[in-house]
Amino acid sequence: MNPIRQDFPAFDQLDRPLHFLDNAATSQICRPALDALIRFETADRSNVKRGVYARAERASMAFDDARKAAMEFLNASLPEEVVFTSGATLGLNTAAHILQDRLQPDDVILVSLLEHHSNLVPWQLAAERRGASLRAIPVTDGGRLDLERLDELADRVKIVAVTHASNVTGAITDVARLRSFCDATGALLVLDGAQRAAHGPIDVQALGCDLYAFSGHKCFGPTGIGVLWGRYDLLDAAPPFLGGGEMIRRVNLERSTFAPPPHRYEAGTPPIGGAIALGAALDWSMAQDWDQLGTQERELAGRMLDGLAALPGCRIYGDTGTQQRIGVVSFELEDVHAHDVCQLLDSDHGVMLRGGHHCAQPLMERFDTVATVRASLAPYNDSADVDALLNGLEAVRRKLA
Amino acid sequence: MNDALYDQAIIAEARSKTGAGRLEAPTVTAECDNPLCGDRITVDLAVQDGAISDLAHKTRGCLLTQASASLLARYAKGGDVAAAGELRAAIEAFLKGQEDERFAILTPVRNAKSRWDCVTLPFQALADALADLEKRG
Repeated sequence: MNPIRQDFPAFDQLDRPLHFLDNAATSQICRPALDALIRFETADRSNVKRGVYARAERASMAFDDARKAAMEFLNASLPEEVVFTSGATLGLNTAAHILQDRLQPDDVILVSLLEHHSNLVPWQLAAERRGASLRAIPVTDGGRLDLERLDELADRVKIVAVTHASNVTGAITDVARLRSFCDATGALLVLDGAQRAAHGPIDVQALGCDLYAFSGHKCFGPTGIGVLWGRYDLLDAAPPFLGGGEMIRRVNLERSTFAPPPHRYEAGTPPIGGAIALGAALDWSMAQDWDQLGTQERELAGRMLDGLAALPGCRIYGDTGTQQRIGVVSFELEDVHAHDVCQLLDSDHGVMLRGGHHCAQPLMERFDTVATVRASLAPYNDSADVDALLNGLEAVRRKLA
Repeated sequence: MNDALYDQAIIAEARSKTGAGRLEAPTVTAECDNPLCGDRITVDLAVQDGAISDLAHKTRGCLLTQASASLLARYAKGGDVAAAGELRAAIEAFLKGQEDERFAILTPVRNAKSRWDCVTLPFQALADALADLEKRG
């Protein structure tokens, strides 16, 4: 058994094996995060930044510590650059809001065919509001951004908003190449880190991005919480996204002045328990040996990719190598619908997968398909999970194909 | 989860491909998508004197959708428009527990709520086609 499972309560009591390979959708919560959540909800539960009693002080301090944990996880320079959101989706919508006033009519937002709808639709809305338009970086047959084509796409680009790692093909984006593109064009760089954040700490300063969003539930934290990191000057230059308590400095009936970042973007009582638990999950992540976990993940991904390639009628979408990727693999069995595969793998083999378009319909179109099966790895997976997948697929193929 | 979701009766019904294809000159056509997975069904109806004289469906979907589309063709084709108009409500009631011989092979789907949309999709397309027909008068 993979010893890291001791850190995940989901594996504590099982009456059947838990071959959980849907980590790209939602990971399991790690024990420190669950413990922190319970501690807050039982021992410290109270509102933050309001109460003057000791219980509220403890809650406020734990909330501040969570922001610092996120700052460290991202290698950001200020805790004030960390905005708590409900997840990557709200983070990216807020990012689009923060940057949209910089767009003039006919300006261009550069996205890509790899994007999750969460990093596409907010930019479509922003473009519509400002009379700007979207342009997409194409994707290679190997499921990677075709950055060779970047220079021909440069005209009037003011914002580049792309995924840090694909939720369909697992490809990790060459951010350095995008950074130099942005240096040359003056565009701002937004990264969707929803997938990448589950694979170890991030260095926004080394990446050189301007805004970065991720969600807690994909990186071993609770649901309903996420982070938008932004360069302070960008956060400070934009108006609020939502109005309410917590985000104001002074309110008159006619108009209000707004709090500085990050509170300007955190209207209302925040998901306090969620933020504190996310902080604990990020602390857990920072304490791991990601060199070793990365090696483990590449070995398992290799085992999976080799097994899939050997399966008759199996088509893998994206790169079949194990470098510059996360352990997210999409495939299709000839003549068997993705949902039929997923249902049978669960009921007959205890393997949990995702089938569908993965909220990436433009990419599905690029690959000329409708729905794929996706298996995605986390540190608690092991070779038994991969073997259960491969054996199950062989059985499904014999049954249905 | 019911293991019988993929029992032989459902697989056989899906593979029968009853009514699969397109009509050359349909009276009305409706297309329906399942947003969860991107599955799509196109239903063509030929209507004459208040009856569905012919029906064909082009189905891009999972086994459950295909089995359901075959059932749709079995029960709607040759029947009158009014009876066909009740089929969507009938399959929904069946999924919620109402006994209905016509859908008996789909009994295992009752326990897999995430897949209800898969089996109602063809019947939704039929309902859309009939609504369109009625609008035309």
